[in-house]
Amino acid sequence: MLQVDSLTKTYPTGQKALDGCSLTVETGQVVAVIGPSGAGKSSLIRCVNRLVEPTQGRIWLDGTDVTRLGRNQMARMRRHMGMIFQEYNLVERLTVMENVLSGRLGFVSFWQAFLRRFPQADIDRAFELLDQVGLSGYENSRADALSGGQRQRVGIARALMQEPRILLVDEPTSSLDPRTARTILGLIADLARERGLPALINIHDVGLALMFAERVVGLSQARVVFDGVPDQLDEHILTRIFGEADWRQTVRHAGDDERAMAAANQADDGAPVSPHADGIGSV
Amino acid sequence: MTVQSGTPAAPRSWRKPPMIRNPVLRWGMLLAVAVYIVYAVEDVNLDLARFIAGIPKAVEMAGDMVPPDFTRWPLLLEGLLESLQMAIFSTAVGVVLSVPIAVGAARNMVPKPVYLAFRCYLGLVRTLPEVLIAIFLVKAFGFGAFAGMLTLTVASTGFVGKLLAEEIEAIDPGEVEAIRATGSGWLKVLLYGVQPQTLPRYVGLCIYRLDINLRESTILGIVGAGGIGATLYNAFGRYEYDFAFAILLSIVALVLVAEWASGAIRARIT
Repeated sequence: MLQVDSLTKTYPTGQKALDGCSLTVETGQVVAVIGPSGAGKSSLIRCVNRLVEPTQGRIWLDGTDVTRLGRNQMARMRRHMGMIFQEYNLVERLTVMENVLSGRLGFVSFWQAFLRRFPQADIDRAFELLDQVGLSGYENSRADALSGGQRQRVGIARALMQEPRILLVDEPTSSLDPRTARTILGLIADLARERGLPALINIHDVGLALMFAERVVGLSQARVVFDGVPDQLDEHILTRIFGEADWRQTVRHAGDDERAMAAANQADDGAPVSPHADGIGSV
Repeated sequence: MTVQSGTPAAPRSWRKPPMIRNPVLRWGMLLAVAVYIVYAVEDVNLDLARFIAGIPKAVEMAGDMVPPDFTRWPLLLEGLLESLQMAIFSTAVGVVLSVPIAVGAARNMVPKPVYLAFRCYLGLVRTLPEVLIAIFLVKAFGFGAFAGMLTLTVASTGFVGKLLAEEIEAIDPGEVEAIRATGSGWLKVLLYGVQPQTLPRYVGLCIYRLDINLRESTILGIVGAGGIGATLYNAFGRYEYDFAFAILLSIVALVLVAEWASGAIRARIT
């Protein structure tokens, strides 16, 4: 369980990214954080694993006060926080397997890491995860040879490889085409629910957020302005989060999307589900 | 419609504005340079008569050089091999030492005081020409290849350290952030976030430095730091111009081969 209590982040430039944000994420809950660019979404999840240092406020993960940890303790804490990035942030020149295994770096010795001598259990798990994200057979490809969707799949496997207690996901789909974006976000939500992992997902695509999250948090100008279930989200609230615009289309389309996906899933029943939905098979 | 009505304006002249706007400064600087050149020529006794008198001597010396004398090839070979040893040893040690130096001199890897200390070292080593370092080390450790090896090792750390540090500063921070987010400490971030991104450049720098060290090792002998340069210096000292020419030809051959090999390898890895 993640608890964030009146979190404030002010950058040295004086820019206030977070202003007294509080929120609690229960175990197994997939939460979408929506809001315009610059609302503080990225700062929020980076404060949780302290890639960004919070200015004020407290953060607890399973009862541990993350904000009070020293440097080494924090590094140890990060092992239990899986992170997925907008630009994937794979180590481009390493193989897919090395990237996935890098999720275990916090747990192995320097020499094990240096000689790539990871424990057999880790290697088994890496193969299993590659299978689950639909990348079996790609373990020896170099990360820079993959497509965007494939890279994000590696990013997901790397985060899950840590056996995290929380998943921090920063705009996982902004660099992907709409169809791949859906597949990837669906994969993240499914894998998180399967494992009972709380997931904090930054996303600016409201339609996608409504499709896959069971709870939506709206950030605007560094403050939490909405916190509720997708059904509560209407034009009024979207205006509060993103500002004045015609939101009728967005809200309606999200509903349509849900129905369309449900129909598609039903149609898929019985047919073998292709793990290569984002064009992996054609490589 | 009446754009061109009325009397046409007088043609307006235009000239490119001078680089230095202040005319006093502009002409003053020019005058100062002219005065200094006159003074310098006066001071070094640039003597046309002496230049003309020297021409026949130079021609005579060139005549003495051909045909090159390779009869003392064992001596020649010994010098070349010593140069080769110096170059290879100092490159091997230098490029290894360069790695921690480069990391220490990369702003995105270490705290500011560490960074400044390593940058100071790099600044110092890179300002001093190899021959100057060699003169100092020959004084300290005596004549011979050992001083030459030390010189080239130090110079290699300056060269590879500086350029590798710049490469480390230019890496993609996203990959580093991702490795940090897995809970890895500093060393493992270096290993998985930084090393893969900088390796190709590092290998290229190592080979380039080997090439430079080979060239440098042929000249350091002139200040007593071993290698073929010493043989060359002695040959000139004893007026054995034909032997000197043979040495020069060998050096040129060695350098050409080194440069070609280095170029070929680097073209293949980058």
